[in-house]
Amino acid sequence: MKRVYVNEEWCLGCHLCEYNCAFANSGSSDMAFALKGRPIYPRIHVESSEKISYAVSCRHCEDPVCVKSCIAGALSKDDGVIRIDKNKCVGCFTCVLVCPYGALSPNENGVMQKCELCLQNACGEPACVKGCPNRAIVYEERDEAV
Amino acid sequence: MKQYLIIGNGVAAAGCIEGIRSVDTENAITVISEEKHEVYCRPLISYYLEGKTDLARMQYRGTDFYEKNGCSVIYGHRAVRILTDPREVELDDGRKLPYTDICIAAGSSPFVPPFEGLDTVKEKYSFMTLDDALSLEQGINEQSSVLIVGAGLIGLKCAEGIADRVAEVTVCDLADRVLSSILDTECAALMQKNLEAHGIRFCLGDSAARFEGNTAYMKSGAEIDFDVLVLAVGVRPNTSLMKDIGGEVDRGIVVDEHMQTSAANIYAAGDCAQGTDISTGQKRILAILPNAYMQGHTAGVNMAGGNEVFDKAIPMNSIGFFGVHAMTAGAYDGEMYEEKTENSIKRLFTKDDLLKGFILVGCSERAGIYTSMIREKTPLSSVNFEELRKTASTTAFSPEIRRKKFGGVV
Repeated sequence: MKRVYVNEEWCLGCHLCEYNCAFANSGSSDMAFALKGRPIYPRIHVESSEKISYAVSCRHCEDPVCVKSCIAGALSKDDGVIRIDKNKCVGCFTCVLVCPYGALSPNENGVMQKCELCLQNACGEPACVKGCPNRAIVYEERDEAV
Repeated sequence: MKQYLIIGNGVAAAGCIEGIRSVDTENAITVISEEKHEVYCRPLISYYLEGKTDLARMQYRGTDFYEKNGCSVIYGHRAVRILTDPREVELDDGRKLPYTDICIAAGSSPFVPPFEGLDTVKEKYSFMTLDDALSLEQGINEQSSVLIVGAGLIGLKCAEGIADRVAEVTVCDLADRVLSSILDTECAALMQKNLEAHGIRFCLGDSAARFEGNTAYMKSGAEIDFDVLVLAVGVRPNTSLMKDIGGEVDRGIVVDEHMQTSAANIYAAGDCAQGTDISTGQKRILAILPNAYMQGHTAGVNMAGGNEVFDKAIPMNSIGFFGVHAMTAGAYDGEMYEEKTENSIKRLFTKDDLLKGFILVGCSERAGIYTSMIREKTPLSSVNFEELRKTASTTAFSPEIRRKKFGGVV
């Protein structure tokens, strides 16, 4: 299946992916209206040290420890995509405790959210990839572990 | 031709069903469920009382779960005996069910110490099952004074769940601190402060000498009046089925990495099973939901002739009260690194080039990066731990590890 991959050599650390993510998942058609003057809760986060930066979002693991650990049965894997049922999530943070990538974080209401590849929002494909100015985030098929 | 039998219908059983079906989609599965409920999220019973979920949303899986997985479920009955020749399991109504492979996922039962005068208390409850929560809900009202015996995870989640529905909640425990099984003194004090700010009262380092009607006479001499008593002292694993056939039982039913017990064709998973805690190397019961699912899944795969090993079990808990979260994992063994603010404590424990365990109160962001280092036994010499201990970030891993984590399928 297609997943989101990052190229840390090309990432400029501009954080635009975070804004595109928050906008794509806002349900709004106007980016300024959706984001201006508000804290944003993106599902992708740029991690950086002195030397490098790159964006991290859900890896959609083959053997997802978050799905197996969710105490509310809110996380599931369907056609390779790991999704969260926000209606079932109680905000216990167990997924935060177990995700090796730090890919889950709470939204403004304390309910967990994560990258679902924009497959069910108006963007239809990962907004972080579409809007990355330096093609440091790609959406493609890579079958093998490296 | 296989005939799978699962004793118990909790999350370990659900894991077992999904494990079996990942290998074998043909043969029949029978589930023996003492509780008259489809598999539900037991840790959510306090959230139910708090109004954060409801009975429909507490279902662990969809309504078609058993049908979709070709399972028949026997509700309201208990397995009382395993027979090995011929291979049958006897139920409490005398029925005998044939099996080729069993998973014992029988969980645990509340432990009630022999308090003097407990029989004089009319309104008393356990807090383990959905039925316990539903009964407690009937027993409380806005005027109730509730005494909870036990300041562990179960007792305190109960306290949080009912705090806004009763007049007062007092929690007592023999231990001198809250959550004594997972928190040290200072971290416990921080959690206690937050609970007290939300009206929960504590009586720690003390226990009931006797009960008389609606009064607890404490060993310290204190007297606590209450309308409703909740007993959350501890649990005992349900191991008798295994003991009775002479299988290896320590505190729990002893299992190997395949969740195989000492008896042929019999597996065990969840709160009744005792596997290896890789953070200490000791065999112990890790009565946490993730473990139950993973053990159940592994048992299921192996029962169906597949090969799965579960060798990553560590104690780990994420527990929050009134918005403040505490996360703990592994063993608190070795050298301690600490960061503190007024409202948070971070403690990381390192030994032999490994992260062995941690306690994080009020600073849980990306904690899974630390947890994975314990589970995967990542050598500290392979990461920039100076940086990592301050902030949980994958940037501190080597370029090779980062390439593995982010460059391909994981």
